[in-house]
Order: sequence, then C-alpha cells, then structure tokens
Amino acid sequence: MSYAWHWEVFLQPAASGDTTYLGWIVAGLETTVALSLLAWVIALVLGALFGVLRTVPSRLLRGIAAAYAELFRNVPLLVQLFFWYFVMPELLPTAWGDAIKQMNPFAQQFLAACVSLGLFTSARVCEQVRAGIESLPPGQRNAALALGFTLPQTYRHVLLPMALRLIVPPLTSEFLNTFKNSAVASTIGLLELAAQGRQLVDYTAQPYESFIAVTVLYMLINVVVMAGMHWVERKARVPGYVGGK
Amino acid sequence: MGYDFDWSSIPGALPFLWQGMTVTLEITLTAIAVGIVWGTLLAIMRLSPVKPLAWLAAAYVNLFRSIPLVMVLLWFFLIVPQLLEGVLGLAPGTDVRLASAMVGFALFESAYYSEIIRAGIQSVPRGQVGAALALGMTNAQAMRLVILPQAFRNMVPLLLTQAIILFQDTSLVYVSALADFFGAAYKVGDRDGRIVELLLFAGAVYFVISFSLSLLVKYSRRKTA
Repeated sequence: MSYAWHWEVFLQPAASGDTTYLGWIVAGLETTVALSLLAWVIALVLGALFGVLRTVPSRLLRGIAAAYAELFRNVPLLVQLFFWYFVMPELLPTAWGDAIKQMNPFAQQFLAACVSLGLFTSARVCEQVRAGIESLPPGQRNAALALGFTLPQTYRHVLLPMALRLIVPPLTSEFLNTFKNSAVASTIGLLELAAQGRQLVDYTAQPYESFIAVTVLYMLINVVVMAGMHWVERKARVPGYVGGK
Repeated sequence: MGYDFDWSSIPGALPFLWQGMTVTLEITLTAIAVGIVWGTLLAIMRLSPVKPLAWLAAAYVNLFRSIPLVMVLLWFFLIVPQLLEGVLGLAPGTDVRLASAMVGFALFESAYYSEIIRAGIQSVPRGQVGAALALGMTNAQAMRLVILPQAFRNMVPLLLTQAIILFQDTSLVYVSALADFFGAAYKVGDRDGRIVELLLFAGAVYFVISFSLSLLVKYSRRKTA
C-alpha cells in the first residue's frame, strides 16, 4: 500500500475560508467538550433525583423512577437522539415546534444532542446512585429517622453524603462514556470532533491524517478526564472502606 | 398536539424492516461470538506472566476503550475495504460494508469482553489454581478445566448485559448507510415522509427486545446467586 502522507495539510486554509483545517478540528473539539459537559450536568442532576426516588418508601414514586430508568436504558442512544431531533418538534404544540425549527441549525442540533445524551446518561447515573444508597447499612436510615429527621433530611444529611462519595469510581467511567457517546451527535450533522474528522476526509483527501488526529484527540480527552477524576476520587474516598485510607 | 399520526406505511414495510433486523442480529451475534473468544484470549494474555504479552493485551484493550465506537466504525469503513481489495484482490466498489461492520464491532467489543472476563478469572479463588497444579495439571489444563468454567459461570449476567448494550450499539452502523434495523426504519420513514411514526416504532422494538433480555439477566442472576 503506497500512501502519500501530508501532515502539513492541517495548516492549509480551510474551504470555509476563515481558518485552517486545524481550526476546524479545534472547533470540533470545543463542541465535543461543551456538549459532553452540559450533558453530564443534566445527567448528574436527573440521575441523582431519580436515583433517590428509586429508594424512597412510596411505591408510586419508586415505580415512576424505575420506568424512567428502564425506558432510557433500553432504547439505543441513536434512536433517542433522532427522537429529540426529528420527532419532538412535531409533537410539541405547533407554535413551540415552529420556534424550534426557526432556530439556527447548529443550535437545534446542539440542543437535541445535549438533551438526548443527558437523559440517556442520567438513566445510568440513576442506577449507580440507587446502588450507592442501597449499599449503605439499613441502620443508617433507621437511626436518622429515629433521631427525628424527616425523610428529606435523612437523605440530605445522612444517606446522600455517603452514597455519592461511594459511587465516584463508577461515575468516572460514565463520565468517560459521555465524551465517547457524544460522537453519536455527528449523525444529525452536529459538527463535533468526529464529524469534523469526516468532513476533513472529504475536503483534504487525506483520510489517515484526519482520522489519526481526531482519534488522538479523543484519547487525550480520555487521559485528561481520568487524571481529573483520579483527583476527585482521592478527595472523595471514605476512610475505612476498601480503597479508602 | 398538532400532529396527525399515520401508521399505514409500517405494515407494508415489515419485510424490509425484518431484513434490516437480520442484519442487526447477524452483526450482534458475530460480535458476541468473536468478542467472547478473542476477549478470553486477551484476558489470558493480560494475566500472563510473560510481560510483553500482558503489555500488548493491555494496550489493545485501552486503545479500543478510549475511542468512541463511531470513530472505530469510521476507521473500519475506511481501512477494511482497502485491505480487502489489496489482499484478496476484490474488485474496487464491492460492497464490503457488512464485513467491515462485523470486523469493527467484533474487535471493539473484544476489548470490553476481555475486561469482564479478566474480572471473572480474577474472582476465582487462588487456591483453585494451586490445587489444579498440585494435581499435576499443566497451566493450560488448569485454565481450561478448572478456572474458566467457574469464571464463566460467575460472568453470565455481565456477559448478557454487555450483549444488550452491543445489540443497541449496532444501530450506529447508520454512519455507513448500511441498512440494519434502524437504517431500514429511517429509510422507510424518509421515503414516506413518516419519520415520526417509524422512529417511534423502531424505538419501541428496541425497547421490547432489550427490556425482555434485561429481565432474563435478572432471572439468571437470581439463579446463579
């Protein structure tokens, strides 16, 4: 196989005129990071909320939370993404749907990607939060209630401070997955990192350089996130538990 | 709600959708079979006392686990056709997307399977290895006859869970415009202007299959526990 390598292709002015091909990659990287972080915030908030609901005494609330988790875990992310992008604007009241369709395409794509990735990940976070709360000895909940704490106080002051610290390691891997899953957004045309890679192939006709650059950047994101979460894990470790001091 | 549902394009499209489902299942089953075999080999390599082998397996697993599946698939759609043309002398333009997808998924999933299997092997008590070796078994015999059977029994729920994830992930072959179940549903919806109905239908089918399998996992967990 003879292949002419041209790494300098990244420094050439891009077809859009205002930047180099390297600029495209950087723009893609920014979108990927922004999308993943925003989706992660949604996932943490909703995941913590529904995770708590899965462990409360009320059967109704537990059932609702279980249905939520099963629904978002058992439909592929791609289908969920297409749902928020193509289907949701049609099902909303006409005025809202039209308002969404009049937004600029990037905002529409980003919104749909953010919501779908956030909800998809929240179902996984929800299961981790539930597992964390269930792993605590039942005596903790009972002791708090016996001391006269209300149920919300029990969660706020006793259960969650422990459970959330215990589940940091599995959350690390969910956080990494969020970055990797964000590449799915390229299918609706959002110009994040993977999509910029494909676009580069079309414009530069240098597929290997383009894909290698994008792949290396994903690996770099991985390394940075792992280093950051390693720090969080050290801070959150509970003394006396396995892995603790 | 301002939307008029019209489900009439689905019944006529069922044969086409079923064809898509067979592609989805073909990719899923190939990836599971290859993934478990190659994943087991990787896990054994990773635990082997021969350092270069262990490093090689670790590098493979970490590489695949740090790249998005979409990128892996794009790589395989780029490379595999060229390799096949170069090595097997296939005519350029032969449709090898299905083969590329299968190879890509199999190699990608092996990395995830190998981590599950490694954890399974490590969960077998050390005394089992010692006992097997004391009985005069070779390392290979101990692995095959004593450790792996116990390890796999413990791993069944995790392997099944990974299979469900894999089944859902196969929808990503959409990036190559290969008509798997999701691709077929999207095509029909696009053709008839009925994207909403077809996407909801596809989502429902994925949900029913994945949810039933996950109930099976719960059941098998209760049986083995």
